[in-house]
Amino acid sequence: MKSTEEILAMIQAALPAAHVELVLNPSPSAQHSLRVAPADAFAVASFLRESVELALDYCSNVTGVDWPDKEITEKVKVTQLVDGEEKVVEETVKRIEPGCLEAVYHLYSMRRAHEAIAGPVVLRMRTVNRTDQVQLPSLTFVWRAAEFQEREIFDLFGIVFTGHPDLRRILMWDEFEDHPMRRDYVDPDDYEYEPTPHDEVLKRAEAQSKSAGVTA
Amino acid sequence: MSTADMKVYRPPVIDIIEEGDELLEVAMGPHHPSTHGVFRMDVALDGERVIRLKPVFGYLHRNHEKIAEKASYLAAMPYTDRLDYFCSLTNNWAYALAVEKLAGLEVPERAEYIRVITAELTRIQNHASSIGFLMQEMGASGTPLMYAFRERERILDLFEELTGSRMMCNYMRFGGCRVELPTGWLAKAQTIVDGLPKFIDEIEALLTGNEILMARCQGMGILKPDLAINAGVTGPMLRATGVNYDLRKVDHYGIYDRFKFRVPLGDHGDIFDRYMIRVLEMRESVTILHQAIKDIPAGPIMDPKSKIRGFRPKPGEAYGRIEAPKGELGFYLISDGSGNPYRYRVRPPSLINLTILEDMCLGHNVADVVLIFGSVDIVLGEVDR
Repeated sequence: MKSTEEILAMIQAALPAAHVELVLNPSPSAQHSLRVAPADAFAVASFLRESVELALDYCSNVTGVDWPDKEITEKVKVTQLVDGEEKVVEETVKRIEPGCLEAVYHLYSMRRAHEAIAGPVVLRMRTVNRTDQVQLPSLTFVWRAAEFQEREIFDLFGIVFTGHPDLRRILMWDEFEDHPMRRDYVDPDDYEYEPTPHDEVLKRAEAQSKSAGVTA
Repeated sequence: MSTADMKVYRPPVIDIIEEGDELLEVAMGPHHPSTHGVFRMDVALDGERVIRLKPVFGYLHRNHEKIAEKASYLAAMPYTDRLDYFCSLTNNWAYALAVEKLAGLEVPERAEYIRVITAELTRIQNHASSIGFLMQEMGASGTPLMYAFRERERILDLFEELTGSRMMCNYMRFGGCRVELPTGWLAKAQTIVDGLPKFIDEIEALLTGNEILMARCQGMGILKPDLAINAGVTGPMLRATGVNYDLRKVDHYGIYDRFKFRVPLGDHGDIFDRYMIRVLEMRESVTILHQAIKDIPAGPIMDPKSKIRGFRPKPGEAYGRIEAPKGELGFYLISDGSGNPYRYRVRPPSLINLTILEDMCLGHNVADVVLIFGSVDIVLGEVDR
């Protein structure tokens, strides 16, 4: 099995225009990953699957990760005029690092499974932000295994996979509106709440009493 | 290489039927006796022929992943029992393996042997009862299932003696196992394992040559190997198509490289092959069990470096996977250095094996859908999580 660096070099040799970077993993598992720009993801994924040497024909796991906006406090040295003199003063600056949603693909090879003990090849891609630009290209046409798992990410994280053949909610019900696996998701008081006829009656009664000048 | 000539495996589309034909739309489930729980298939029928089939699930969804992310690493262990409640010990193992990769823990030899013994016993009872359920769906009401459950009870008694619970075992820990084997447990396990080949012979004598079984299973629900690989199908389903991919042989996780066993492979990828693979895998599990019970060494069962309290792995991530009875069960963990996982993900084999359910069922009669679905061998606790 090739190391992640070697795989990166192979991708860069075959697709020089693709933006791929290495993301190191400091844990003892040493499963490093490759971060792909969403625009190049389909080409890179197709290359990984079709390459004779790698033959990553099996996409084991697809999942999402939520990285919310992070507030970072930093100490910055600033030159300031204090009593007519220029002094270097330390200032604490707060800045907000924008968050994103990430899709992670774990790839293996079945055709070349018995040649060496292989770790997963981890492919990741990130959305621009967490609110309105949450599109990523779907890799379902490269690996059919991603079909249900991308639907699950769409359901639970809210990443919209463009080009997915059947992007619907999979675990939550269709009328559900939020994305429960996001870090900032708040449980509703009552999952089963539906407006009942009783509420309408109450509203009408309130409106009537208001027009009659009665205050409750 | 160009991506233009790459083979694409699209989900099937509805055939255009002739003008004037009427489609009958049936919701099979969620309360259908053959659905192993609460699962729905939205089926469109042309006469009795299936034209479209969309699985609908989520009825048992409880957001297992979120619960685990809010709890400590260890607190997620009993929750993994509830994923595939037939095979809690293999679920425990997969999760423990992922955390061990994340934290760099070593498992002592004796604990590895205990893990192999419990996992192979789990595999046998899972395959036996899945065959029993398949026969139940074929109309062989009761008898084969009760034969399987008789043997399963014996194995569950062993689990109860070891872990205190028959199905929700919660037995493995990061870097070992929870408790030492009770006195005389291995001898009891040996007796049960010695009786297993007779049970497998019995179930084969009852079923394998049965005319009804052959008529309903052979050539039914065929899955092609290239589609199976592309759709991420794993476990007996994949090996029935003839793809030699068993993680016990590929990853050599645990100590599986020490045992001599074979990986049974199918030829046709139909229901009958899936049934045969399960029978043969039970036989192979028995040979592994004989070797493991004979060779198990004395020694500690926990890594001394592993901490039960205040367990905080260094930041990083790990993906660990094992060959669970239903397929590849994987756990993906991201640690941010705190006491609970930042991201906790289960790769459920049952869910992903259902991806190609529609491909297998199209064109068959609606009565065969029940069989094809039964041959996938799923547990809804794992599909919905």
